[in-house]
Amino acid sequence: MIDHVALLPLYAAGGTALLALIAELAVGKRAAVFGSVLLGALATAVCAIVVGGHHAATFCSAAGVCSWAPSPPAVVATVLFAGLTAGVLALSVPALRLGVAPPGEFCFLLASSMAGGVVVGYAGDLITLIVGLETLTLPLYVLVGLRRFAPRERVSTAGASASVTFFLISVISTAIALLGAALNYAATGALHLSRLVGGFGPAAPVAGVGVALLVVGFAFKVAAVPLHAWAPPTYDGAPVPVAAYLSTASKLGGVLALAAVVSRLEAGPVTAVLAVLTMTVGNLVALRQTRMVRLLAWSSVAQAGYILAALALGAAGIRAAIAYAVFFVVLEFIAFGVVVALRPAGADGGEIVGYRGAGRRSPWPGAALVLALAGLAGLPPGLAGLFAKVTVVDALIDRGWGWLAGVVALNAVIALAYYVRAAAVLYSSAPRVGIAVADPDLLDAATHPRLPVTAPVAAALIAAAAVAVALGFVPQLLFTSLT
Amino acid sequence: MNYSDYLVQSITWRQVLLIAVLAVPAVGAGVVALFPSRAERLARIVATGFAGVTFLLALLLPVGGTLPRGWFSYGTLSIAGSGMLAIPWIDYRVSWVPALHVDFHLGVDGVSYPLVVLTALLTLLCCAYTIWKVPEGGSGRTLVALLLVLEVGILGTFLALDLVLFFLFFEVVLLPMYAVIAGWGGDRRRAAARKFVLYTLFGSVVLLLGVLTVVAAAGTGDLLALHGGAGLSRTTQCVAFALFAVAFAVKAPLWPLHSWLPDAHTQAPTVGSVILAGVLLKMGTYGLIRIGVGVAPQGAAWASPALGVLAAAAILAGSLICLRQTELKRLIAYSSVGHMGFVLLGIATLTVTGLQAALLGNVAHGLITGLLFFLAGAVKDRTHTGELAELSGLREAAPRLAGLLGFAAIASLGLPGLAGFWGEAFAVVGAVQRGGPLWVTLAVLAAIGGALTAAYFLRLLRRVTQGPATPVVRLASPAIAGAEWLAWAPLIVLVLAVGLAPGLVLVATSTPMLALTGAP
Repeated sequence: MIDHVALLPLYAAGGTALLALIAELAVGKRAAVFGSVLLGALATAVCAIVVGGHHAATFCSAAGVCSWAPSPPAVVATVLFAGLTAGVLALSVPALRLGVAPPGEFCFLLASSMAGGVVVGYAGDLITLIVGLETLTLPLYVLVGLRRFAPRERVSTAGASASVTFFLISVISTAIALLGAALNYAATGALHLSRLVGGFGPAAPVAGVGVALLVVGFAFKVAAVPLHAWAPPTYDGAPVPVAAYLSTASKLGGVLALAAVVSRLEAGPVTAVLAVLTMTVGNLVALRQTRMVRLLAWSSVAQAGYILAALALGAAGIRAAIAYAVFFVVLEFIAFGVVVALRPAGADGGEIVGYRGAGRRSPWPGAALVLALAGLAGLPPGLAGLFAKVTVVDALIDRGWGWLAGVVALNAVIALAYYVRAAAVLYSSAPRVGIAVADPDLLDAATHPRLPVTAPVAAALIAAAAVAVALGFVPQLLFTSLT
Repeated sequence: MNYSDYLVQSITWRQVLLIAVLAVPAVGAGVVALFPSRAERLARIVATGFAGVTFLLALLLPVGGTLPRGWFSYGTLSIAGSGMLAIPWIDYRVSWVPALHVDFHLGVDGVSYPLVVLTALLTLLCCAYTIWKVPEGGSGRTLVALLLVLEVGILGTFLALDLVLFFLFFEVVLLPMYAVIAGWGGDRRRAAARKFVLYTLFGSVVLLLGVLTVVAAAGTGDLLALHGGAGLSRTTQCVAFALFAVAFAVKAPLWPLHSWLPDAHTQAPTVGSVILAGVLLKMGTYGLIRIGVGVAPQGAAWASPALGVLAAAAILAGSLICLRQTELKRLIAYSSVGHMGFVLLGIATLTVTGLQAALLGNVAHGLITGLLFFLAGAVKDRTHTGELAELSGLREAAPRLAGLLGFAAIASLGLPGLAGFWGEAFAVVGAVQRGGPLWVTLAVLAAIGGALTAAYFLRLLRRVTQGPATPVVRLASPAIAGAEWLAWAPLIVLVLAVGLAPGLVLVATSTPMLALTGAP
């Protein structure tokens, strides 16, 4: 007996993908396709909220274990996936209007990815979880490389090579995760998350290897060091909105998958090692970046380290890890959104020095980027980020992991060095040109015209900034909805 | 958890006043930031208006309480196990983030009140000064908005009665101060600003570790509930105090963690230096008294000899470094290291005398160094140099300015009758009262440091006021603008007033101090 009400969010998300495809074929207008995805994302979020996190599980076996398990974090994740899908679509609108990618296919793939995210949130067993994760990732291989060039435009293979890198690494990581699940199943006979136990007797080493492989496989998805090398080139080669999706929704999926495993199986040491490596290496390498998207990519690697630190606590750290992931995803989305807003339609992220004075020319996007970077650094005015840091450090100290809290704290100091550099560039004055100029500011304004922000991008940024501010002042909203 | 938990049943007008002290500058910053760039000057005037209203509200804080003793409404409450508890005059609490044990809990008492008024006063003076003169680098509108945000952060730190809330306000000042230095500072402002923000963030994250250590152990962040280390084991108190001490030592700053300070001061614009020296550093010493000594008294007792030794070293090191300085603002900045050393020595003694000396020293240093930085800024504006070698003969070219500089320098070196004397003298007295060979030695060393302070300030005065006038000094305009008088006069008057009647600052501190030290 299958409870279809519990499945409503998935139906809505899957239906969105189909609707986008049909709208493209039947109407053929961009607006109709965009509208159908927006509507579908909204319906997905509403379904998740209406069904709620305390709805009975379904797809249950005779033994009473279930493969589809609604939970409060699943609802929060679904709402986030839906919001991010709508937001990334809005960020892509200027590029899609230029025709750099076919809108129908783009929207279909994006919505399919959202459906995968929903499955990850609700998954009740390892197979569903991995299938969901693959459904989340698979469309992204295409989206990363989906780029049409105008007849006289210089053809770049950056997108294609990013796509291949991402594809190869991702497939290998899935294979590793599947092998881990298989070993664990062989040792303990458990596939359902609620039945996962550590191995015992002669099978214990096999089960232990299985857990380690599962963690490693999922750690690829969150780009944890030393399994991170794919992320910066992929983000930098992908269109900026797709990079935004990779570093938010895709990462959230990885975090949810990791949380499902580490909350039930003992994986503290390996996760703690990954956490320390991830935040330290991510932050140190980010210090040397000169391209905006690479900087954000490395910072997003480092941020995954803070989440892993909370996950190292096992079940006790899940709430902190998911809360951190939510705060982070919103702030990261704003950062990428501002990059889209400040650059010409369809352009890549560009060099950081290219943003010189952008905050003076475009005060609102500049302010939004400062909010996002301050939040990622964990400082006011990005109160959401501050509470994110407090949540993780609080969980670590509460469980007696003071040393790891200290590592997190020191990393926050290193991270500020590059966040503050990126933010300061926005407000620095025009560079000196080699020749004598009567009014350098006028010359700068002429060579760096202020780009108008298109309405969908502005709407996405305003919505995301509003969510970030609301979460900053009333973080309890998030904590309440997670329990 | 539902919405009724966010609602406050009934709040008195005094609680409204307390919240307004924070809300008015916050709203002001928002309003000013939204002003169009055409209305530059109007924006600065409006900001000054908001700062003025905040100052008036801050002055009104003690008014209207029940009057058990004198004109201040404070009292104590005996709690079994934790000794006396000083009750704040006004107290406002509402649950904010129950999941993290965070309450929005504000209060004001005799310890925080002088610093609140000092903050509101200095911000008002800085905003008023900015109407007249905007430093080069950016728009004055943004600068005053940042000054108001800084004010929110500093006032919030002094008013917070919840550990996490205290940390949050402590962090609020970081980026605005960075922006003030990096946006309106001198030639090497970028590096100085970055050094400031990274150094102080390091202090902040250590503070976060300390705060959460306490919250995790006690299950609450309420400073009133935690008073006297209630519910904390000795080990926790020692760990927490060590973390607090490092955090606040960076902010105060205590030698050897002071090296961000000279660069930040030298590069910051005048108003930035005034706020930085006048009140931002006080967040460190105030935090050490309120949180370090208040929450972890056993830890404080354990660490006090080390703190005392470092404080004495800071006094000596600060004075000796000052003797070698050749730049005006750098010299004043290093003198802050020495002065804050006296404040920390007072705290380290853990005696009522010492702690009161620390509070007095805090306020006096805020007034005097604020004035000194205003004057140094005025000298630099007129002569475009801060090198002492190029400033000789200022007395001939600009007698009034030189006279005021002399007044401020003499106040700073601790002449009896001016504000600087009491804090330094009684920090030494506190150390002697503490007794024992260590503390008497520290008292002697501190006294020697005090004498060295006199030496370098007199050297400064000799350099600046004597000798033949250099060309840059001869070209300097001797007139002092009305706006400058307006900004300096309150500080001059208060330096005299606090010097003649230190009780103005201390009138309401004895009860909280007795409660802090646990003396009968």
